[in-house]
This record gives sequence, C-alpha cells and structure tokens, in this order.
Amino acid sequence: MPYTYLKGDPVAADLAQSAPKHDENASRNAKYGLCLFAVYLAFYGSFMGLNIAAPQLMASPSVGGVNFAIVYGFCLILAAFGLALVYMWLCSKRGIPEVSR
Amino acid sequence: MIYEASKIAVAIFLLFVGIVLGVSFFLGRKAQSAQGYYAAHGQVHWFVNGVAFAGDYLSAASFLGICGMIAFYGYDGFLYSIGYLAGWIVALFVVAEPLKRLGRFTFADALDSKFNSRGIKIAAAISTLVVSIFYLIPQMVGAGALVKPLLGFSHVQGVVLVGVVVMMIVVMAGMVSTTWVQFIKGSLLVFFCAILTVMILARGFSTKAPSGHEFQTLPATAFDNRSDVTILPATGAWATKPYVRVQDKATNVISVWRKEGGSLTETQTVAAVANAHTGKTSKLVNGLPQGRGKGQTDLYPVGTVRKLPGGANETGGLGFASFFSTLQNSEVLLWGNEKIVEKQGDETIETTVYFQKPTAGSKVLVPGASPTFAGLQNDKFWPKVDFLSLMLALFCGTASLPHILIRYYTVKDQSAVRKSTVVGIGSIGFFYVLTLFLGLGAMTGGTLDVTNSNMAAPLLARSFGELPFAVISAIAFTTVLGTVSGLIMAASGAVAHDLLTNVFKMDLNDSSKVRAGKIVAGGVGLVAMLLGVLFEKMNVNFLVGWAFSVAASANLPSLVMLLFWKRTTKQGITAAIVVGMVSSLSWILLSAQAYKDVYGWDPALAITKFSQPAIVTIPLGFLTLIVASLLTQKAPVRQTQPQPLASA
Repeated sequence: MPYTYLKGDPVAADLAQSAPKHDENASRNAKYGLCLFAVYLAFYGSFMGLNIAAPQLMASPSVGGVNFAIVYGFCLILAAFGLALVYMWLCSKRGIPEVSR
Repeated sequence: MIYEASKIAVAIFLLFVGIVLGVSFFLGRKAQSAQGYYAAHGQVHWFVNGVAFAGDYLSAASFLGICGMIAFYGYDGFLYSIGYLAGWIVALFVVAEPLKRLGRFTFADALDSKFNSRGIKIAAAISTLVVSIFYLIPQMVGAGALVKPLLGFSHVQGVVLVGVVVMMIVVMAGMVSTTWVQFIKGSLLVFFCAILTVMILARGFSTKAPSGHEFQTLPATAFDNRSDVTILPATGAWATKPYVRVQDKATNVISVWRKEGGSLTETQTVAAVANAHTGKTSKLVNGLPQGRGKGQTDLYPVGTVRKLPGGANETGGLGFASFFSTLQNSEVLLWGNEKIVEKQGDETIETTVYFQKPTAGSKVLVPGASPTFAGLQNDKFWPKVDFLSLMLALFCGTASLPHILIRYYTVKDQSAVRKSTVVGIGSIGFFYVLTLFLGLGAMTGGTLDVTNSNMAAPLLARSFGELPFAVISAIAFTTVLGTVSGLIMAASGAVAHDLLTNVFKMDLNDSSKVRAGKIVAGGVGLVAMLLGVLFEKMNVNFLVGWAFSVAASANLPSLVMLLFWKRTTKQGITAAIVVGMVSSLSWILLSAQAYKDVYGWDPALAITKFSQPAIVTIPLGFLTLIVASLLTQKAPVRQTQPQPLASA
C-alpha cells in the first residue's frame, strides 16, 4: 500500500521514504508464508485423508510402539511450531528493520 | 456426583481474582486514550502478547471440553487439539502481518482500509458481534457449571460472579488489563497442566479403583431362584431394552443390570421422577435419593484400567512413549449411557442408565470412538463429510476470531506480530500435547463423574490431592475470565469504534471514545450474563463449533481475498461477509445436531445432511466475493500526470 505523510513530520517522512522497501519486505514475507502454509496444508490434509480413506492405518504401531495416529498428531503440532520458527528465521534474513507504525 | 465445596479452592480462586483485579486497577491509568484502551498503545512486549494469545485462545472449551472428551472417548478429543492448533498456521502465514499493516483497533479497520465503505464497516461489526456473542455464551455457561460444584454457588451466582469480575477488568483498563490477565492465565494454565502431566506419568496405571468400589459382572442366572430379591418384569419402555431390574425385598431399592452375552454387568442409574399432579420432581441415584445421609447414596466415580499387559496390577512410573504403548495393550473401562422414559400414573420417570463398556486400549487411541467422529470407522459418506467440514472450520476459524485478531494491534510492529504469534503457537501447541496425557490420565484415574465430562480435568487433579484440585479449579475459573475479557473487548471495539464512530459518524473525542467503549463493554457483559443464564442447559462444545464455523465462513474469505486478489471490491467484501454469516448460521440451525440438542426434535427430520457447515459455506463466501467483485468492477481511470506520493 502506498504511504502518505504530513509535511514537517520527520518520522512519517522516514516511513514514506522507506515504504517501497517495506512493501518489498511484506511481499517477500507473504511469499514465504504462502509456501510454508502450502507445506503444512499438505501435511494436515494428508492426516484428514488417511483418517477417511484408511482409518485402519491409524492403529498400526509406529515409533516406540506408539500407534501412527498419536505419532502423526504430535508431529502435526510439532510441525506447526517448527514451521513457525522457520518462517521467523526467513523473515529476519536480509530484511530492513521494520519501523513501528 | 455430589461435590463438596473446597475451602482451599475458594481461597485460591479469591487470590487469583484479587491479583487480576489489582493488576487491572494498577494499569487503569494507562488506558485513558482510545489507543491505550483498545490497543494497549501498541506497546505490549511480543513475549507477553504471545502468552496472552494462549490465555485468550485456551478457553473453557479447550481446557475442560477437550480433556473431558478424551477422558470419555479417547483420541477423538485430541482431533480438536490438532485442529485448533492448525488454525494458527493460517493466522501466522496468511493473516497476521497484513492485518497489522492495514488495521488500527479492530478487524473491520483492516477490511475497510482500502475502501472507506459503510457497508463493510457495518457487516464486519455485526459479524464481530455475532461471533463474540456465540463464543461468550459457552464461556459463561461453563463458568456457571464450574462454580456450582466447586464453590457451592448456584449457576446464576456463578455467571454473575464471572460477569462482574470481567466487566471490572475490562472497564478499568481495557486491552492493557485484558492482556495481563490473559498472560497470567496462559502462564498458569500451561505451567500447572505440565506439572499435572508429570504427576500422571509418575503414577502410571493401576487396576485398583481409588474409590474402592469394584463394578461387578455376574452370570446371567445370578438372581434366579433368590428369595431376597424380585426380578421386575420387562414391561413398557424396558421391554425392548437389554436390562434386568432387580428389587431388593428388604429395602425396595431397584438396581439395574445390563445383559451382555452370558453375563449381567452392574450399571449406575439417575432417575428424574416428575409428578404431574404435584408438579414436583425428585431425583434418585442407583435407586435411592442422592445425598450423603442415611438412606441416601451417590454415584460411584468411574474411569479405570481393567487389565494391564502381563496381568500386572500396576505399572509404576512411565515415560512418554511407554505411557501410550502400555495403554494400547491394556483394557480400559469406558461408560455408555441410554435414556429410558416411562409413565406410571401421574409420574413420568426418565431414567438414564450408565453402563460399562470394557474397551481395548488400542481402540481409544485411534479416531472414531465418539458419537461425533463415529463415521470415520464405517463406510457412510455423510459422516465423513461432516468430519472434514469440522476440521476445515477449526483450521480456518482461528484466524477469523475477532478477539484473536485484535491482539495483533497490541504490539508495535510486524516483527513483534510474528514473534508473538510464534510464542503463541509454542505455548498453545505445548498445552495441546498435554491435553492427551491429561485426558487419558482422567480416563484411567478412577475419579470421573459419569454424568459430567466437563469436570474431568478438575477431578483428575483431585485424585492427586486437595491442593492440585484447588489450583486447577481456580485456573479453570481464570480461564473463563481471560477469554471472556478478550471477547468483550472485541465486541466493545466493534460497537464503539466501528459502528458509533465510523458508521454513525458520532463526533467522539478521544476520551469520549474510551467512555463509549467502557459503556458498551458493560452492556455486552450484562448481555453475556443474561445469555449465560438462559442457555444453562445448552451443550457448550456445540456453541463453540457455531462460533468457529460462523467466523470462518463470514470473515476468512474477505480477509484472504482482500490480501491476495487485487480485483476485490467493497461490494464483494460486504456480500461475502453477509452471505458467509447467514448461510453458516442457517445451515447450523437446520442441522441434525440443532434438531436434537436445541429443539428436541427427531434428528432424522433435519434438512441438512451433515451438521458442520464450513465445507459448504466457506467456499460459498469465496464464490460470493468473486462474483460480486467481478460484477462491480470500476472502469480503469487513465492518469495523465503522475500523482505525488505526499499530500499536505
């Protein structure tokens, strides 16, 4: 979005000058976000699909004698946190500092 | 079951309330401006905001509802944990940063940032109000349900108590105090649930019931030819049921036994006897008046492991993996129930029979054991669609809940938004992992109330002693306080900021805007109390499901398309909100679940094939927005001169 500022307001002027870079940052973050969202959606969607198409698979033993349903469920929760950390790391790379508005 | 009010629970609850009110009073001076009242000046630290996300989001439904569902049905409750957490992925990756960039105080600010449209403001404000009210009702009902057994107050007293405390928190310091209350609540909830989980693992499993009452299984002929009892004839409503009613000749007490193969298994009964002539209703438990006195009785606590691997009686301490693998190879005693209604002269007797269901541990650790998700284990089409639709609503609903969205305005910039959401996901995810241990610990701890799944978590804590019980009960109350204060803030912003200031153009200066917000918060608090009393008997989880479905259908399509489709128009956004809200509400009201739980009608007569609307109404919201936007595109204006970026 284009920024507008009042004449004589140095903070707003600074914001407006850095606006294109902020827009660049925002658009780069949005791309990262959508990619990671697609990864998680596939993981979450597969869980739903397996529950519907092959519920018997959920009962099969998996890591440490724990069944597949529990392992997959925990992995979904851990993956959400893991991807969130990856996103935070990606967004902090090479970006210009974000000015508070 | 009869619960004795715990003095320690009352004391700890009062201590918690005192702390949150003290914090609110102290912070009151920081909320004099509109920016302070509605958005805490945008100066909340990202870590505090992140934990406050957990405090806001982990409502009574999450804490009490999920633990209860896991305790009664196993893995199915954990599906809610998975879905609720997955919703945060949408919030972080799609919605959070743009929302912060575009908005100021409310969700409507962001939606309307490009258009300055009265239609969008009205539609978004109404949608915020509807979702907030739907979410408020179960919280208030939950508050009343908790206060009743734990503090010995009536339902109305409980609702009023919570309502008054929350109104004081919100009116005193708006978003500043709400944030700190949610931070305190979020920290306490996650910390003490982690301690409880460690205690569950350290205790392991045992086949001995802590109450000392072993439920019996007798041969089918056990009561034949006995002179001290009479077997009552299976007449009326009992004729087609698999039960044997046995009356003791000395006491006239009737016990009910369930026929299972070649055996009779002991049941528990709760009978409500309504006399049409006198207008009085009495309650009998296991054939006797409920109480602790002579000639009275109470329900036995339930929830035990019947068989452990290798015929052991107890396991001792267990690790994370061995907790599940041991339970998988054990047999647990779950409970089913059936209602039988019969008329005897002026009396109508409604008997609920609670019967034993010995179940292999492997069956409770996979989806499909509860009535909600039973469709997963058969080949029927519509139950599977219902499951998909619910999981879609949970996935899309989180990023559309107004009380969650307003929390993005309480931090200073987009980086803080990101960090606080990651902290939120970490805290909430950790809590949801714990729910599986807590629920299964309650299922096997021998302290469950067979009539009330919402009490599973506090009763689990009681199995470890009075102090854990008091702390967990007090946290459950604080859970309600945190979520309700967030919801009232969202509703207050929608009315005072979106409707009064932006739509009706009331000329409010900064302090008048704060005053208006406080008055509205007080009004919404009163409405919430009233609804909490009116909907006392309503199923709490059902209402939470409504809120998620309506939020996802009404808000998400507009939010996503505004961010990612340049041809979105104001008419498209307004139409999508209205269509999403009306269609999801209508679908729910015409569903089998509403027929059964709301109207008391035969669910088979329901118009819609499945109860959860999201799989239809979310795409409908997107479609409406696309069609309405394409129909209302403006002709492009040719610019002859470059426009200056700055304007005076």
